[in-house]
Amino acid sequence: MREVKRDAFIAVAMSGGVDSSTVAAMLKRDGYRLAGMTMQLWNQRRLPALAPESPTGRCCSLDDVYDARAVAGLFGIPYYVVNFEQAFEESVIQPFIDEYLAGRTPIPCTLCNNHVKFDRFLEMAEGVGADYIATGHYARVGHNETSGRWEMRKGVDGAKDQTYFLWGLKQEQLARTLFPLGEMHKPDVRRLAAELGVPTASKHDSQEICFVPNGDYAAFIEAYFAEQGREFAAPRGEVVDESGHTLAAHAGVHHFTVGQRKGLGFAAGEPLYVIETNAATQQVVVGREEQLQRGSLRAARVNWVSIEAIQDERPAQVKIRNRHAAADATLRPTADPSVVEVAFDQPQRAVTPGQAAVFYDGDVVLGGGWIE
Amino acid sequence: MTYYFDHNATTPLSEAVLACVSRVLRECYGNPSSIHSAGQAARQEVELARSHVAALLNADPREIVFTSGGTESDNLAVLGAVRPGGAAGKHVVTSAIEHPAVLGACAQLVREGAEVTYLKVGSEGIVDPEDVRGALRPSTVLISVMHANNETGAIQPIEEISAIARGAGVCFHSDGVQAAGRLGTDVQALGVDLYSLSAHKLNAPKGAGALFVRKGVKLQALQFGGRHERERRAGTENVPGIAALGCAAEQLQQHRTADSLRLAALRDRLESSILQRVPGVKVNCGGAARLANTASLRFDGIEGEALVIALDLAGFAVSSGAACSSGAVEPSHVLLAMGLTPAEARSCIRFSLGQGNDEAQVDALADAVVASVARLRKLSPVYEHA
Repeated sequence: MREVKRDAFIAVAMSGGVDSSTVAAMLKRDGYRLAGMTMQLWNQRRLPALAPESPTGRCCSLDDVYDARAVAGLFGIPYYVVNFEQAFEESVIQPFIDEYLAGRTPIPCTLCNNHVKFDRFLEMAEGVGADYIATGHYARVGHNETSGRWEMRKGVDGAKDQTYFLWGLKQEQLARTLFPLGEMHKPDVRRLAAELGVPTASKHDSQEICFVPNGDYAAFIEAYFAEQGREFAAPRGEVVDESGHTLAAHAGVHHFTVGQRKGLGFAAGEPLYVIETNAATQQVVVGREEQLQRGSLRAARVNWVSIEAIQDERPAQVKIRNRHAAADATLRPTADPSVVEVAFDQPQRAVTPGQAAVFYDGDVVLGGGWIE
Repeated sequence: MTYYFDHNATTPLSEAVLACVSRVLRECYGNPSSIHSAGQAARQEVELARSHVAALLNADPREIVFTSGGTESDNLAVLGAVRPGGAAGKHVVTSAIEHPAVLGACAQLVREGAEVTYLKVGSEGIVDPEDVRGALRPSTVLISVMHANNETGAIQPIEEISAIARGAGVCFHSDGVQAAGRLGTDVQALGVDLYSLSAHKLNAPKGAGALFVRKGVKLQALQFGGRHERERRAGTENVPGIAALGCAAEQLQQHRTADSLRLAALRDRLESSILQRVPGVKVNCGGAARLANTASLRFDGIEGEALVIALDLAGFAVSSGAACSSGAVEPSHVLLAMGLTPAEARSCIRFSLGQGNDEAQVDALADAVVASVARLRKLSPVYEHA
């Protein structure tokens, strides 16, 4: 973790999981003045039909709060639950649903980071007098004296690196953010947790999309509409091949995502994949795997992290999904300064609208944008 | 060092109560139902406490039922008064600003087939007695309106409502948990049939309470077992808790008026200090008769939750709204019932004073409020900077 003054007052975002619990314990060990806070983001009781049987993938459950409070109590850290349910619903849940219904595949974690964790939470922390916030993310932040900018780099544990979700952070947010786990590997975090006596040391990692039980987005969207008393006009559409022949009927493009192979609703002689979804026509186009390949993409609403906005084209490695190995590409500015064109050296599989394209130079996060 | 300004949530033990509890825990370990002298000693403590509580309420000791606290007293009153002969088809009148202990019991009665009318309150947080009269039906069997509200301190027109209840021949319960020790609680003057108390709001420990049950009121018990409390509340008595409640009641009879005057002066000092130095502050129920110890203030552009945390970190315990099961703050149903928007309700803070507070503490709190509000408003996206 970068140097911060010894008498700094740090607000730790505590989820109840092992990572953020360990952050709290290690900062306490290092003698900082701390406040632990858990963000109440979503009320699981609202959509009881989705109530998951399994304990994983539940966000903001009472168990998580119980765990976080127990850790804070154990280490003598003042602890608070802060209610951001309204902000989460407005800036994460509703855009998530809108995106899905528009035939894109959104990343709520990035929205949550941009609009809740590093916005509302940071504001709350500053409001109660904190100098910094600390989270359990695997990423590194440092100040580049030459450029004068705050830089973000991948966490040293490549398997746990979370920079794909953090590219939206602004300079003033990075200036106030500490990622104490960025320099650590997960097994070392677990070992340190055990050494410091963090009681959640054997807990499972949390799921990526915390409010959608079992990853069933379509069920979540339909249950949310029912709760709001909004008629979910179950859209009907067709699955077609690239020459427009109808292969099957479907119950809405929100059931499909680019690259998807299973659950297409028909049996085919050869493996077929979703190539494209069109919300306006409710058409789902399927094709062979090689038809998923794309040589370029346009990234919109770009945020530059470690560098200033580019004026000329430059090489980079670009990641188009969290599990994607960053691919060599050229970044080209466009007439619109918020849009960047990405030309891959080799075509990439399943470029998915709604996901993020994150630009790297080695470990350094240059910036990112939303795939159009 | 923490200065405690959340006495409507709970109160610290007074020295007299602490001495009483320690003595009873040590010496009066007998079961009050036992025949031997150890049992008799415990029985004496319970009955002495009953007479102190009865004296505080100007009731007959036989009209006092000891319970586990305010929630049980409210549940026993509301459920116990409606259930005899079955709740189905019966009607209850209550208000939208009641404590969850009353609202929850009413919700249970609805599940059992009763109907409940929840009266709205005006912008000053007061139930209009004429609304009570207008809500009565031939099937109405119970009216339940609290004596003073826990969040705003607003004092309800209990005497007027009891006159209406008496005229209609309807049983009248009032939740006196916040009023006891702070207002006159003469049940004859108030005219109530059922009246709830909680020990831990009276500088006594958690886990004890009482319900006044006027002679002749038919009450169905909630729990079954031995013949304790005249068959209205089975279970071996919480002797130390009951003794503590009795001790607190005895103390209050001596000090209540002087305490109220002192706390009113402190509360007014706090309010005027904040109002003079912080723009954009409104006093909730400022135009109503309020508990002398309670100040509910609305700070424009502030999240009450953030202010509570900031003040706690600075060493001051205050409260904002009601905590949900996770501990996060939800907008208060009381403030919403008064017509505040959810955003306005979230910008309110409750300061509730008690025995341990003095002028120096109040001045320190006001300074901390001024500093915290200034910092929060500087960061607030919604507050219009003057």
